[in-house]
Amino acid sequence: MTELFWLIPLIPGASALLLLVFGSRLPRAVVSLQACLAVLASFLLSLFSFLGLSGAPAAEAPKVKVLFEWLVAGRVSAALSFQFDALAAVMTLVVTSVGFLIHVYSVGYMKDDRSYARFFGFLNLFTFSMLLLVLASNMILLFVGWEGVGLCSYLLIGFWFEKPSAAAAGKKAFIVNRVGDAAFLLGIMFLILKVGGTEFRDIEQAALSGGLAAGTATLIGLLLFAGACGKSAQLPLYIWLPDAMEGPTPVSALIHAATMVTAGVYMVARLNPLYSLSPATLQTIAIVGAATAVFAATMALVQNDIKRVLAYSTISQLGFMFIGCGVGAYAAGIFHLFTHAFFKSLLFLAAGSVMHALSGELDMRKMGGLRKHLPLTYATFLVGAIAISGVPFFSGFFSKDAILTRAFAGGQIVVWALGLLAAVMTAFYMFRLLIRTFHGRERLDPGAKAHLHESPPVMTVPLVVLAFLSFGAGYLALPAVFGRNLDRFSRFLESVVPAGAESHLGMGTEWLLILASTAVALLGISLALLFYGRRPMIPEALVRKFPRLYSLVAHKYYVDEAYGALIVNPLLRGSEAVYRHFDLKIIDGAVNGAGRLASLAGRGLNTLQTGRTRDYALAILAGLLIVLGVLVL
Amino acid sequence: MIPTSWFLVLSGLLFVLGVVAFLVKKDLLIMFLAVEVMLNAANLAFVAFARRNGVLEGQVAVFFIITVAAAEAAVGLAIILLVFRRKKTVKADDISGLRG
Repeated sequence: MTELFWLIPLIPGASALLLLVFGSRLPRAVVSLQACLAVLASFLLSLFSFLGLSGAPAAEAPKVKVLFEWLVAGRVSAALSFQFDALAAVMTLVVTSVGFLIHVYSVGYMKDDRSYARFFGFLNLFTFSMLLLVLASNMILLFVGWEGVGLCSYLLIGFWFEKPSAAAAGKKAFIVNRVGDAAFLLGIMFLILKVGGTEFRDIEQAALSGGLAAGTATLIGLLLFAGACGKSAQLPLYIWLPDAMEGPTPVSALIHAATMVTAGVYMVARLNPLYSLSPATLQTIAIVGAATAVFAATMALVQNDIKRVLAYSTISQLGFMFIGCGVGAYAAGIFHLFTHAFFKSLLFLAAGSVMHALSGELDMRKMGGLRKHLPLTYATFLVGAIAISGVPFFSGFFSKDAILTRAFAGGQIVVWALGLLAAVMTAFYMFRLLIRTFHGRERLDPGAKAHLHESPPVMTVPLVVLAFLSFGAGYLALPAVFGRNLDRFSRFLESVVPAGAESHLGMGTEWLLILASTAVALLGISLALLFYGRRPMIPEALVRKFPRLYSLVAHKYYVDEAYGALIVNPLLRGSEAVYRHFDLKIIDGAVNGAGRLASLAGRGLNTLQTGRTRDYALAILAGLLIVLGVLVL
Repeated sequence: MIPTSWFLVLSGLLFVLGVVAFLVKKDLLIMFLAVEVMLNAANLAFVAFARRNGVLEGQVAVFFIITVAAAEAAVGLAIILLVFRRKKTVKADDISGLRG
């Protein structure tokens, strides 16, 4: 059973193929059943493989299944081969479990959509690509999955392509990702050049045996990280993720919160032997992560669209994961990825449930007081908000604290401080969102209020399951102060991701750090309660007092405008100029000129053909005389 | 013995006569005769050289040319006949239907 792990991606893949080809002719019940069961089967297989793995001794080599060699070029070959180890186990479990819950939720959410089968086909296809990405045993196959999830992201953001904004958002996501992917591809090429292959085993061996110079490792690491910046929405390539919220909400939950955007973190953790060779790269990753965490959090503070708040929050949390990787705490980064997948998909699905109840309303200024009408959604959203804010005993607390502690222990005080700052803002904006949506006066449109209803069980049950996971997932890795060897998560990952230097902090310092994290979370929450509960005049007063600052942040720092002015417009204008002056004149001119030349030549030669036998005979004679003349003279 | 050059001069004169006749005359039949004159000029040159070099290849070539000329005369006259039936003329200048 555990040897069948290579079937994990193939089941949703086969299901996607069936749904995309025959789906429109199948009844909806069959479509939903098939899509959900395919992911459930993958989940069960992952679970069995995981159980088989956790029983095996840690030193055992990772299981690799080579299906066939599909690219052979000189000494480089890429196989269609899967590798199942601790890291892959964590990732497949996250992808298939969250994926399954979101598939179930979508059955309710997409109930009335015209393209029901297409949606589930794409969702299955995404699951397939994501599993391919995390199970691949070499960079080339990983890249196939990497591009596959990018494609699905594009297809699903633009799922409602009749809406121009959705189509544009899909394109934006795809194009911004291409920028990162170009660097990523270069990184893979350098790997092939320097390592001679892209199998993870070979890379690890080359890195550990000193076969890679530090400079090479830095170059490759930075190029690959640039790709991760695109996929995982880090500075400066994060701009596509907020727009990606144009897609259906389950898509935002699955792709743009729980799984695809974490691919960059997974890639860095997977290549940890390579990254550990280059402190400069790690430092860059930590700084980019910290800067993104703070930068995105500030934008989340002032957004009024609930999904966009969550999108900026996702960017910010991804920054946290990169802080973890950047300070060498790969396991902590993956742990945050793990807990974040649960609570962020929970938050998105709860937001989707709110939208569902309010006939698609997204603006929190038109909400308020929904607690009474949507009790279950409210309760689960509250759990998610508490978890992401980092309140003790919820999962987000443990994972965020693990990262911050390691940052502090590694001497990265600036990164640690930025992390704390982002954490305050996280707690603040989450509770601002919670209060504005579920508490206070009802500000609903009368039309929306008429059919206000709690979502059906097919949507609320996944919410409840995710709420339990959001609460409980943290207990897999308790901080060292609660006793030795409670960090089961890191120990499980140890065969792939070395734990790194043992924390040399004293008990007292650790407690202080935990207290700091707690204080920061509570500070953010109480500020939100104060601002949006008791004294609603404070935010307004602040806006009046700092109008410039407010408009700067509310306009997302004009980053989109800056990209437009600096990159997009010059490109468009340059292309236009090239089109006008080069394409139209030179290329089209050359093509038309060739045609005109031929017809002119034809018209000229035409006069030679008189139809008079005598002329032809004369020409023959002239030719004969010329030949004779040449021969004789 | 008559020198070979005399034969060749006669042969050249005959050939030029044929060419000029071919170019100047408009009647297909006369042009056809001119072609025959040119062929026989070539025949004369062949046998003259064959006689001078004492070999038979030139004479063999002449037999071939005579045969081909006979065949050509049969085909050519048939064509001219058909053209006349259709066009009611054998003037070369009036037959220009193949001009582009």
